Amino acid sequence: MINAFTRRWLPMPAQSLILFAVWLLLNNTLAVGHILLGAVLALGIPLLVSPMQSPQPRVRSHLRALRYALMVLYDILVANFEVAMRVIGPMGRLQPAFVALPLDIEGAVPITILASTISLTPGTVSAEVSEDRQWLYIHVLHLTDEAQLIAQIKSRYEAPLKEIFGC
Amino acid sequence: MLSTTIVIVSALICVSLIMNLIRLLRGPDLPDRILALDTLYINSIGLILLFGLYKGSALYFESALLIAMLGFVSTAALCKYLLRGDIIE
Amino acid sequence: MPPVIELIICAFLLLGGIFVLLGSFGLLRLPDFFTRLHAPTKATTLGLAGLLIGSMIYFFAVEQRLVVHELLITLFLLITAPVSAHMLAKAALHQKVRALKRTQGQALCNAVRKRQPPPADN
Repeated sequence: MINAFTRRWLPMPAQSLILFAVWLLLNNTLAVGHILLGAVLALGIPLLVSPMQSPQPRVRSHLRALRYALMVLYDILVANFEVAMRVIGPMGRLQPAFVALPLDIEGAVPITILASTISLTPGTVSAEVSEDRQWLYIHVLHLTDEAQLIAQIKSRYEAPLKEIFGC
Repeated sequence: MLSTTIVIVSALICVSLIMNLIRLLRGPDLPDRILALDTLYINSIGLILLFGLYKGSALYFESALLIAMLGFVSTAALCKYLLRGDIIE
Repeated sequence: MPPVIELIICAFLLLGGIFVLLGSFGLLRLPDFFTRLHAPTKATTLGLAGLLIGSMIYFFAVEQRLVVHELLITLFLLITAPVSAHMLAKAALHQKVRALKRTQGQALCNAVRKRQPPPADN
């Protein structure tokens, strides 16, 4: 009974919470009026948009997801220095390349997250996904060893995502 | 010390804005120009933030947020335009 | 404001400024579009994150209240930067922008344009 009630009137609880938090952050206040307005928005907007949702794989382990996010942040920080060195260094030695990366994960959201991670970690930009979602094409700024790069992306980013979404 | 740093960093960002402008004018292809515009708006966000720091006012963050959103949408729209134009041909 | 905090803020601002400069420098200097794509999407995003963290510390130290707009802007930029980079790469591939001559794996470009799997010998 309670379950059916919440599913009817609170279809996206996590998104409602995020919406509420972002509203308070945007207004930078904890005034009663804004809390009320934020609550109305956080309850009302999911009711309007929940029919448009397409089914997505659920996050299995929130702890793993958090660890993944922290790892990506760390990688962005560390590896940015590498790209900075490349930009200052001699252009003649650059060895750019297009690489096709075979995908093991499926589903729109996990592939999007993997592609965004690849774009944000320096040295690689994801360019296109093949129509059957089996291949991800990436452009590499400086390629030394293709097999090693693919293996690194697979073990460092794809395997944790696979565990997080369980697909 | 802080005000000196703000002026120095503003100068750095102004130099990068000029670099973006050169890339915007030189091209050679359309995606290059869009990329230059994209970088231009991100750098201008930095400049606005520094101005807010210089004035000691948090009001400028609203405009920075607005520019960030509008800039992303316009980049996406321009890319879509390029993609669609090619498909129709 | 204690000098230590001022020093920290200055360090963040300088780091941010330098990375923004490097991103734009890369945009100007790198030889072809696809390599150019690398510099602004990453270095500039990181640079801006540095600036934003610096200003967040400043307002926290001076006004004694948490200004969290910066966090929102940083998050927003972190989410949108790879998306716009991806769209730009896609647009460039479909526009047949020429890549640098020594780029490896250019045979893939045709397959990428049609969104097909790579040719078998690759």
